[in-house]
Amino acid sequence: MNEQSSLTVLIAEDGATDRLLLARIVREQGHSVITAENGAQAVALFAELRPQLVLLDALMPVMDGFEAARQIKLMAGQALVPIIFLTSLSEEQALVRCLEAGGDDFLPKPYRPVILAAKIKAMDRLRRLQATVLEQRDELARHHGHLLNEQRVAKAVFDQVTHSGCLNAPNIRYLQSPYALFNGDLLLAAFTPTGEMHVLLGDFTGHGLPAAVGAMPLAEVFYGMTAKGYGLAETLREMNAKLKRILPVDMFCCAMMLSLSFERRLAEVWNGGMPDGYLLPAAGGEPQALVSRHLPLGVLAPERFDEHPEVVSLALGDRLFLLSDGVVDTCDQDEQLFGVERLRQVFARNRAPQHLFEDVLQALEDFRGQSRDDVSMLEISVVEPQTLAPPPLVYSDSGQSSPLDWSLSFEFRAQTLKRFNPLPYLLQVLQEIHGLRPQSGALHSVLNELYTNALEHGVLALDSALKRDAQGFAAYYQERSRRLQALQEGYIRLHLQVEPVAGGGRLVIEIEDSGSGFDVGTVLARPVLEQRLCGRGLSLIRRLSRHAEWADGGRRARVEFAWVALA
Amino acid sequence: MSDQRIDNKVVGELREVMGSQYAELLETFLADCEKRMVQLRDARSPRQLSEAAHSFKGSCSNMGATDLAELCRQLEVRVMEQPAHGIEDLISQIRCEYLEVRPFYVAELERVSPQAARHPV
Repeated sequence: MNEQSSLTVLIAEDGATDRLLLARIVREQGHSVITAENGAQAVALFAELRPQLVLLDALMPVMDGFEAARQIKLMAGQALVPIIFLTSLSEEQALVRCLEAGGDDFLPKPYRPVILAAKIKAMDRLRRLQATVLEQRDELARHHGHLLNEQRVAKAVFDQVTHSGCLNAPNIRYLQSPYALFNGDLLLAAFTPTGEMHVLLGDFTGHGLPAAVGAMPLAEVFYGMTAKGYGLAETLREMNAKLKRILPVDMFCCAMMLSLSFERRLAEVWNGGMPDGYLLPAAGGEPQALVSRHLPLGVLAPERFDEHPEVVSLALGDRLFLLSDGVVDTCDQDEQLFGVERLRQVFARNRAPQHLFEDVLQALEDFRGQSRDDVSMLEISVVEPQTLAPPPLVYSDSGQSSPLDWSLSFEFRAQTLKRFNPLPYLLQVLQEIHGLRPQSGALHSVLNELYTNALEHGVLALDSALKRDAQGFAAYYQERSRRLQALQEGYIRLHLQVEPVAGGGRLVIEIEDSGSGFDVGTVLARPVLEQRLCGRGLSLIRRLSRHAEWADGGRRARVEFAWVALA
Repeated sequence: MSDQRIDNKVVGELREVMGSQYAELLETFLADCEKRMVQLRDARSPRQLSEAAHSFKGSCSNMGATDLAELCRQLEVRVMEQPAHGIEDLISQIRCEYLEVRPFYVAELERVSPQAARHPV
């Protein structure tokens, strides 16, 4: 603080001698002086010149010092304009009146320059302190407004990203607080090109902006990889690696991710640190808990991360119910948790499935007396795949430069098959063919089915008959994981051939595996329903492609797609 | 004049503080005194009298006229007391005291500004 600050000082004093003397003393101390002979003049001069300090005689003609002080303080508002009363008043009552009128100090006569200088300095300190406080208060208010605005913008941007997914699909219901982003809660859903639905419910550590910053990169990876056709495992691995790389050590994201295939009626489930999710069977009976078996995303280094999902089979009308810890961790007045048992009771009591969220909220309210703002819930119903129309893919290029006469061969061997999913790369290559784009959903599904067959039944020699019931289903996927880890030899060969034909073009996909093949005739003779559950998806392939055939004892499949040239 | 009715320490400080304006201060004070004498004589109410005594007391004390300030203080208080007696006597004491100290201030003025002293206000 500059102790030498020069002030404008108003002196109001009716005695000419005293006024002259005081003005001289104050000027000598380096301040500017304006003088008034009575209270009314003092008030008018104050309004006009806004001096920073006022020396006021108590007894003056026209308007006395008390009234002038009141008016000056009123005009000064929140700023501190110190008023020093000039008085030789010795009665207590008069001194009290000075203070009540807004006086901050007294200066007795005879005036002593040293005393006056000290008082002006002290008052200037107070005045500047008050000014600083006001400035900081205003700055705080500005920052607060700024912060709120930033949060609004962040939320708007984030909502854009979130809504690029398929949360509005007819079989999804969700409930999320408008403040979810700043609670660290995150809800994402999108279709893969093959029509699988990927869903993620996440919960970042912390609150406020720090909890929100991780959401963007996570959403980006989720949507980007899902759109390119990557599966649950690859997407999780990438999300974990990304968060591990960018987040500070004490920040991570509890997450539950599902990959739902309505075509094959199965769901891959990965839960890292979220509360149990539930599979609510359409047939009634005990909900099946989807338990956390992993550490949250962003904790483990990529090489230690375990992306293996559990696989559960689904029946038409089953519902998957996911929730944030705001539900089970809600406390009542005695710090008791709402807990899993109470939630299960809500499930048991729920009669109208469409009111499950409301029932849960009501139970929370009854339990606690007030609702929290960090409760997220998500419910996905298992429906016929035809009722879901994945959004059409949008291409940015014109297609004029489509390559139309080429072939491509790959051989993927054991070490590659263990960890690498080549489909997204292949799909990207095929997307260059403009004429195929209207069929890309079917193409993706068929390629996916062919590759899965070659890997699981061919290379890994798994028997699809295992998948007949729920236990067998789980056993099948455990065995798949075990055999894949142990895989030492084997291959999948893939040959793509694109050629122009009159009026359009043709794609031939040939896929060959190192397995022992299968009896094509027997499998194709089974009823369609049975084929869907455990029959290698052959009917799907036949339904979606123009032509499909198996050769070499089922070891080699050949599928054809054709298109008509665009006008 | 070095009598005790004038506080020489205060006067010394005035000279120092006022510098070039010292003469102006003396002139102003002498004019003020004349004005106050008239006010004391013509006051129409105890309140007017008290206020005049209060103001006069202030300037006297600032100018180092210690005894004169003390007499003004007595008058200021006495006027507001009931029954008010001895007022006339106090006013005449103030007049006498003023006549006693006036030459000191005139002499001061003469010393620092001979022209101004020849035409007192």
